[in-house]
Amino acid sequence: MTDRAGHIGTPHLREGALRHLAGRGDFVSDQQLPRMVHAAFLRSPMAHGTIVSLDLDEARASAGVVAVFTAADLNPRCADWTSQLDHFVGMTSAPQNMLAAEEVLWVGHPIVMVVARTRAEAEDACDKIFVDFEELETVAGIDVALNADTPPAASGVDSNLCYKNELKTAGVDDAFANAALIVEGNFAFGRHTAVTLEPRAIIADHDPATGQLTVRHGTQTPFQFQDVYARHFGVPDHKVRVIAPDVGGSFGMKLHVYNEEMATVAAALILNRPVKFLADRLESFVTDIHAREHRIHARMAFDADGTMLAMDVDDVAPIGAFSAYPRTSVVEGNQAYRLMGAPYKMKEYRGQLTVLFQNKVQTSQYRAVGHPIACQVTEALLDRAAAELGIDPWELRARNVVPDDAYPAESATGYRFEKLSHEASLQKLRSLMDYDGLRAEQTALREKGIYRGIGLATFVEITNPGVAFYGVGGARISAQDGAVVRLTPGGEVHCAISVTEQGQGTETIIAQIVADQLGVAPSQVKVTTGDTDATPSGGAAWACRGAGIGGETALRAGRKLAERITDIAAALLQADPANLKLRDGAVVDRGTGEVRLTLAEIGRIATYRPDTLPGGVDHSLSVAQHFAPSGYPFGFTNGVQAAWIEVDTETGLVTLLKHWVVEDCGRIINPLLVDEQIRGGVVQGLGAALFEECLYDEMGQLLNGSLADYLVPMAGEMPDIVISHIETPTEDTILGAKGVGEAGTAAAGAAVLNAVNDALHPLGTRLTQTPMTPARILAALGIGQA
Amino acid sequence: MGPGRVVNIPLELRVNGDDVAEFVEPRTSLADFLRDKLQLTGTHLGCEMGVCGACLVLLDGKPVHGCLVLAVQAAGSEVQTIEGLSESGLVADLQSAFHERNALQCGYCTPGMMMTAHRLLETDPDPDRATIRRALSGNYCRCTGYEAIVDAIATTAARRRTEAAQ
Repeated sequence: MTDRAGHIGTPHLREGALRHLAGRGDFVSDQQLPRMVHAAFLRSPMAHGTIVSLDLDEARASAGVVAVFTAADLNPRCADWTSQLDHFVGMTSAPQNMLAAEEVLWVGHPIVMVVARTRAEAEDACDKIFVDFEELETVAGIDVALNADTPPAASGVDSNLCYKNELKTAGVDDAFANAALIVEGNFAFGRHTAVTLEPRAIIADHDPATGQLTVRHGTQTPFQFQDVYARHFGVPDHKVRVIAPDVGGSFGMKLHVYNEEMATVAAALILNRPVKFLADRLESFVTDIHAREHRIHARMAFDADGTMLAMDVDDVAPIGAFSAYPRTSVVEGNQAYRLMGAPYKMKEYRGQLTVLFQNKVQTSQYRAVGHPIACQVTEALLDRAAAELGIDPWELRARNVVPDDAYPAESATGYRFEKLSHEASLQKLRSLMDYDGLRAEQTALREKGIYRGIGLATFVEITNPGVAFYGVGGARISAQDGAVVRLTPGGEVHCAISVTEQGQGTETIIAQIVADQLGVAPSQVKVTTGDTDATPSGGAAWACRGAGIGGETALRAGRKLAERITDIAAALLQADPANLKLRDGAVVDRGTGEVRLTLAEIGRIATYRPDTLPGGVDHSLSVAQHFAPSGYPFGFTNGVQAAWIEVDTETGLVTLLKHWVVEDCGRIINPLLVDEQIRGGVVQGLGAALFEECLYDEMGQLLNGSLADYLVPMAGEMPDIVISHIETPTEDTILGAKGVGEAGTAAAGAAVLNAVNDALHPLGTRLTQTPMTPARILAALGIGQA
Repeated sequence: MGPGRVVNIPLELRVNGDDVAEFVEPRTSLADFLRDKLQLTGTHLGCEMGVCGACLVLLDGKPVHGCLVLAVQAAGSEVQTIEGLSESGLVADLQSAFHERNALQCGYCTPGMMMTAHRLLETDPDPDRATIRRALSGNYCRCTGYEAIVDAIATTAARRRTEAAQ
């Protein structure tokens, strides 16, 4: 029907990027609306306490103030939210609302909302609020939270245990009992955060005449927020419009419910005018979700020839004083303890997950949820075993990965894999990085007192999530997406689709896919995203689903329209549709390629002269299509990363010399965009490995809440990253694409941890805590304190 | 006049070649002035403490952090923002190279990157990769991993040298 050779698989450039290069981005933080007012919040200065009194008189009288709201004013407008997923049996979390009424739960918990003509005036008024607190016992840190005598971090729960579960295969005890070698380690992961360069931003407006609530929101999931605002504020969902224009980074951080966004909506519903909240950087550090704080003890069992038999993992994961909504803070730990050992044909497993409350800002899903934890623990233990067994680390991996011809396969924790390519990926990496040459170079340099290391990390990544992720747990989070594709009266194409764009290139790949179904160029396909009034409903951007699920939605919609166009043309030409196809913007004869009718002519006739079509021919030039993944619960991808680094044993500084990634995300739609997703992901993983940590004291005070104190990777410290691919398309879809956005982050930290330990091996020490700061490296070398 | 009201003071300067005369609160930063008063929203705010580089503008030809300079400090000066720099055509080749190399994703840091890249190539027409990486050390990007940005700047430098040699 269509001549589909064309744009899928080519490095088509992102049209949308040109606006940003000219300074013409359209971020919520940039937007100004008529009659708009600005919000600021008075926040808790302590991690846990009771509000004794609140004096708002001076604030109310402050210049420019439009309204001052307390919990008593605002919270009754909004139904409480309680974090819950039914498949986490026994999980608990206290109900939350926008402003702290009596109890404050973390440093930064909003207490009073001030709305004023300018943000500066709103902040001035916040300074004039007087609050008396009584301090309550603070839960900050794992040991405090584990202590049964510690009072709960929030009065709405009975203890500091949010969730506990164990996975255990029948033969795990025997496997350890009969093992020739058991390696073990204690691993610690620093709490870190997304640091999107554009902080969270929202403008809510309400029109009392129509009941319309319009929310401009820097989010990756507009439909989820349409549903949240509708249900929690009692507005029918068709009267809630969420618009997500340009979003300055999201990485999973911008899909959670936050007190400030909810309060901004509530204020707009009361004031009936646009209310804007834009987090400043300190507010971002104390209210954006954090992630990845885990303390893990893990063991790995081998037989004498280096076959990995089993793992035993005890993961303790402290979150905030409550679990995040609507996805829960348990998901991260749940993925961490289920992904352990996932690339390997290890048969036996025991894993225990303990999720704890503490008085810090909520944790939740951030790019590569749980993956870096599982990967780092698994790969570090594997390297220890390699050293003990005297087997090369690459070789030990090659012996233990699930063979490429052994699919479908299932992990010891129950994850099902359709088809992965670990063996091919390892082989490709070996030659790509010249593994043997690097080993020789490393040995030669060691003789000169230069400590270089090679670190390998094999990984799988969860992508294309079906309803098993959240839907089955009762969360109103869509696993399906929807698109409307139409031929314009002028013969061009428009695609409105529910997946969203945050710079990863979603709109570009959708244009490529639709173009190939209709025989046009991607530049002839306009793609609209990020507006609940403009596109069908769907899950949007989370857990690597834009290409695999959004792309398949677009493909099927495009094919449906191609069929419609062909039928119209066949009717007009009195031809057999089977003898026609679409190519170069026209309906052509399948055999000769002769142009029979241009798309412009079909657009004209179907729009302005449908009367000239034979009776019964459907002249609708718009088609709708929804798609939800079926078949495998998740579309797993795989890959392997390698790091080449040098440790300065006098300063503890790590120099990243080079990094390699071999990745298999199935069908590649746009190689340019795929590679840049991987590079960006790797660098976020490197940040966690070497720099990024939200440091707290025992009173729950964040000590480094600024971009001068919290270190993120900078250009000068980052290596060049070499990328190569294996392409194993999924057969669950026509398109065959899987996700790629989190692959880089999943394994970069593990590769660098192994590389640092490889470099330090001759010195008889190793690190098990990230970030690997210079102080921690020196401490491992016996110099100073960590 | 309510309590705590401050008196706005007059400010005259040139922005992107145009004369501008406004009244501002003395505490207003140059970045807030450009964004809120003049609606030149290409200048972004990422950290508000002179670290991330998203707010870089050219003040009398040199990059400054718009978040650290008060608007009144720019009185009598010439300010160029990304909007002006883009329309001047001086960075058209840089913009093309960034586009071709996909050296931006969300785009929030991009205006600051253009400022740094423009200034670097003005002062050093033949920077090696390490020099480019060092020059970018005051510009945070959370999306790209930087390599594509380094590539785009290196490509532009090479193209300019080739053109200059012809």
